Amino acid sequence: MADHGTPGTAVERHEEPSASAGTAVVLPESEQIENPGFSPYRPRVSDLDPVKAKANERRVAWLFVLSMIGSVGAIAAYVVFPITPGDPNSVRLNTLFLGLGIALALLGIGVGAVHWSKALMEGHDLSEERHTTRGSETTRARAVEVFHLGNKESGFTRRKLIRNTLIGALALWPLPGIIVFRDLGPANQDANDVLRHTMWRKGTRLTKDPNGVPIKASDVTLGSVFHVIPEGLEDREDALEQKAKAAVLLMRLKPEDLHVSPGREDWNYHGIVAYSKICTHVGCPVALYEQQTHHLLCPCHQSQFDITHEAEVIFGPAKRPLPQLPITVDSEGYLVAQSDFHEPVGPSFWEREHV
Amino acid sequence: MSVDTTAPAAAPSTVETGSDDQLPPGRGMRLTNWAANYIDERTSISGLVKEVGRKIFPDHWSYMLGEVALYSFVVILLSGTFLTFFFQASMAETVYHGSYVPLEGIKMSAAMSSTLHISFDVRGGLLLRQIHHWAALLFVASVTLHMLRIFFTGAFRKPREINWVVGFTLFVLALAEGFTGYSLPDDLLSGNGLRIIAGIVEGIPVVGTWITFLLFGGEFPGTAIVGRLYTLHILLLPAAVVAAIGIHLLLLIINKHTQFAGPGRTEKNVVGVPIMPVFAAKAGGFFFIVFGIIAVIASTVTINPIWNYGPYDPSPISAGTQPDWYIGFADGALRLVPPGWEFLIGPYTVSLNILIPVIVLVLFLVAVALYPFFEAWVTGDRREHHMSDRPRNAPTRTAIGAAGIVFYCALFGAASSDLIATHFGMSIEAVIHICQAVLILGPFVAFFITKRVCIGLQKKDREIALHGFESGRIVRLPGGEYIEVHRQLSDYDRWRLVSYDDYQPLMLRPNARGKITNRARLRANLSRWFFEDRIAPVTRGELEASQHHGGH
Amino acid sequence: MARRSDSSRTMANPVPTSPRRKTGRRSPMASVALLLIGLVATGGAYAAFTSSATAQTPASSQAQVSEGKKLFEANCASCHGIGAVGTAGVAPSLVGVGAAAVDFQVGTGRMPAAANGPQAEQKPVQFTDTQIAAMSAYVASLAPGPSIPTADSLKSDRVSTGAELFRVNCAMCHNVAGAGGALTEGKYAPSLKGVSAKHIYEAMVTGPQNMPVFNNLNITPKDKAAIVSYLQYLDNHPSPGGLDLGNLGPVSEGLFVWIFALGAVIVVTIWLTAKPN
Repeated sequence: MADHGTPGTAVERHEEPSASAGTAVVLPESEQIENPGFSPYRPRVSDLDPVKAKANERRVAWLFVLSMIGSVGAIAAYVVFPITPGDPNSVRLNTLFLGLGIALALLGIGVGAVHWSKALMEGHDLSEERHTTRGSETTRARAVEVFHLGNKESGFTRRKLIRNTLIGALALWPLPGIIVFRDLGPANQDANDVLRHTMWRKGTRLTKDPNGVPIKASDVTLGSVFHVIPEGLEDREDALEQKAKAAVLLMRLKPEDLHVSPGREDWNYHGIVAYSKICTHVGCPVALYEQQTHHLLCPCHQSQFDITHEAEVIFGPAKRPLPQLPITVDSEGYLVAQSDFHEPVGPSFWEREHV
Repeated sequence: MSVDTTAPAAAPSTVETGSDDQLPPGRGMRLTNWAANYIDERTSISGLVKEVGRKIFPDHWSYMLGEVALYSFVVILLSGTFLTFFFQASMAETVYHGSYVPLEGIKMSAAMSSTLHISFDVRGGLLLRQIHHWAALLFVASVTLHMLRIFFTGAFRKPREINWVVGFTLFVLALAEGFTGYSLPDDLLSGNGLRIIAGIVEGIPVVGTWITFLLFGGEFPGTAIVGRLYTLHILLLPAAVVAAIGIHLLLLIINKHTQFAGPGRTEKNVVGVPIMPVFAAKAGGFFFIVFGIIAVIASTVTINPIWNYGPYDPSPISAGTQPDWYIGFADGALRLVPPGWEFLIGPYTVSLNILIPVIVLVLFLVAVALYPFFEAWVTGDRREHHMSDRPRNAPTRTAIGAAGIVFYCALFGAASSDLIATHFGMSIEAVIHICQAVLILGPFVAFFITKRVCIGLQKKDREIALHGFESGRIVRLPGGEYIEVHRQLSDYDRWRLVSYDDYQPLMLRPNARGKITNRARLRANLSRWFFEDRIAPVTRGELEASQHHGGH
Repeated sequence: MARRSDSSRTMANPVPTSPRRKTGRRSPMASVALLLIGLVATGGAYAAFTSSATAQTPASSQAQVSEGKKLFEANCASCHGIGAVGTAGVAPSLVGVGAAAVDFQVGTGRMPAAANGPQAEQKPVQFTDTQIAAMSAYVASLAPGPSIPTADSLKSDRVSTGAELFRVNCAMCHNVAGAGGALTEGKYAPSLKGVSAKHIYEAMVTGPQNMPVFNNLNITPKDKAAIVSYLQYLDNHPSPGGLDLGNLGPVSEGLFVWIFALGAVIVVTIWLTAKPN
């Protein structure tokens, strides 16, 4: 049905095409039940009884008065219920009464206006004709003509060189505007590199989160869990960024309960183990430790890690076990890292295994 | 033009309606006249008033859901503007010294600190924060319900397909507005949400880490994200929302509103109330009521108590960490992935446990956006449709909608898995397994049940249209036969039951070249799925035949 | 150990109220100084002997311990064994768990445990305070272990420190506002609302069931008191925003909006579009 107007072709004038009904079943006129037309108007109480109408009028007025009381009340509440610093209850009262005053002011107007319209305003249904959405043939013809003239008078389709180069120019001009957003990201950081390393180094002491007090091996008793940050974290400019990779959980199990894989025999200290706290799924802190089952639960998407089997995943959407931090003690008995993690911590990313 | 629909038999009203036009104009009237004239002479506004002033809007409660969305958005704009005068979108570290004792002396960003200041030191600050957030929740909820209404009444059909897509865009923009908004205070709950987003984006193959670093200005959390979300939240996204609302309403005015079938209502008219004065009063009043309801809730019920969560830190986390409800379906999708969906291609990691939920959600949303075009292709119906379908009269469409709702709710339920577990004394493992089952099987079950229910209701309608209601009176005929007398419907009531579109399955025919294409085969199969089980509306012949049989 | 005789001795020599005489062996300030020294001495001695939270509780009498033993053998030994050595696969040994553990478990009604579920549920307390004290004394007598904290040791005004420690160490299981949360396999961390300061302290130091043990080197007694003070702050100060919907977060807020806010709005729309009277 589309007319692709080639330049100079006259527009066919024909009857407005009736749209195809597709698979709709259109019954012949004789079979169609007739629309009975509008049902009789049921007058309202206010239409019939002037006393009731006046009563409704008063009701509407009272609602508006109630609104005014609400507005004034809200302003009064603002003054009468000040906030006392350090007293959250004063905040609660202020919020409550200011808010209820405002609510009354609003509801008064709203309910009043609606009641007015329902009870008193002219209640007959009115009917308005719909026009077919598409323009009339004359209008469409004129529109086509406008484009034809525009095309002819500019020579747009005829002068292909102008047209093509214009399209090229319009396509390219926004691109610099997009390119300048590149420096939203850091200019000189390789994400791949940054994500691979944390603050942990050989000899970095394990300290308590958040106060940074070092931890002795003897402090960590069976059934304990310590939330750990590397020594010196709190002094760093980028403390939160470092914590987002370096946060560690420290637990003590009986050595016979630990299933240690080859190469990791000296990563724990007499049953004290340290694992990255950052979930390998999408990065929430895996902080829930169950001391009897030795399971770690991540509260975001319920991944579960088994500490007796080197934090392997036993439930939930994570895949990789939590990276283990190899630990030992220094000469004073404080727990220290032996090195950084042996793999990137946190969620997976494309180049993760690619060194 | 508006035509009075009063049937001639109606009693004339006995109350005097406005004899104001007979008195000389009072001072108020004179001022209005002068003002109207002044403006019209400079803006041609009388043309607009003439065109639009008595436009007709059909009256049905479900038609007001779009207004609820619009009004909650206005409330959001008003309350949000207040908040922008106090909020500082900066992640610069500061130490909190304010009214709230449990956070005294704690290091936090200026964003969090200013939000605490608004809540505890600015009179009305907490109220306006709560109004803003409750209005945002209501905004997305009403948009969702409004979309469902449009879907179930088929109001997305020609000529409103574009408006459906605009509306869908509004839905997505609303989700974005909400997410950027609740992440602004930089508290523990929303900060963990951002961490999850960073983790998801990191999992995108090839460009994931680069995009994450771009978004956050480096490593997570960085010091840039709150400021950037603020720009999105108060400038770019609201501008897009306002523009989209403008187009949405413009198309609504041009296409006029749909209406339910009823006596006197046809595809060629709109029956209802005129804008001036009834609709303006109702709609205007409704704005105040919606605002009032939000205000009542915001004065009495806490929302987003950031003072409990404390500032964002990558180490702590709260039990019961969920996003705002409208992002729940995405969180739930992540939770339902079984263990171990990640593999290596050479040295490269493919995290299907992230990619599959993302792809599924995107496909779901795309399916929603494209549904009108799908249905139009299946039915082949190119006529304009201005009547709202009763959902029962489009059984397959309604059943598809029900299946979609079950799918969405299974995802939302999964997002609340730990809360469901504690409240119903179940294990989280059991809850997740149940949600997985509901996600996969539930939509099929819902589809089947809904379609059968719709067809059942149609049968009942047909029964009532032809034979009327059972009146409870038993009559013995002379021949000894007992019948129950049925009360026939009036023509007006019956019209509602018989005036719906009927479709039949597409007949598969070879095309001009004598071939049956795969596309045509697919279309015919879908058409059969849609329309094979159907209850045709009562025809005139059937009606006359049943009436001939004498009322039973 | 009261040394009241000291202060009474100093009180016997009050400062003379007659006009000061410049001459005389004793300076008028001497008495004041003596008074002060006496007070400081007695106060300091008192504080030194009773300040530490881990100080031994007053030595329980033998009668209390044997009463506790009787109660134990009647109510607990069936699972925990005679002498509290434990029964493999049924109940752990209580040797070394200390009075604090007994006071917590029995005092919150968790023990005697009911059926074997994922965890011991809190039930109505079955024993009187005296009986609990007796059983605690008995178990404490078996081996040294954490003792019941004194009321003073639970007091703290470091609410914000307590809040921060709570968020790092406790909120992941118990929720930032102490509303509780889910653990694996049907277990859960209970709500802390209304729990007494003593029981909170005892739970931290003994690590009941799957709750980790937070010994005094991990979270010091002062820090534990700070955490307690934060939880008490929450109990004493209802949310300034109004009803808190159980402090369960966005899920309950979302359900509230769909059920009550949208519900109210829909009721209004039905009223608004209904045919008037």
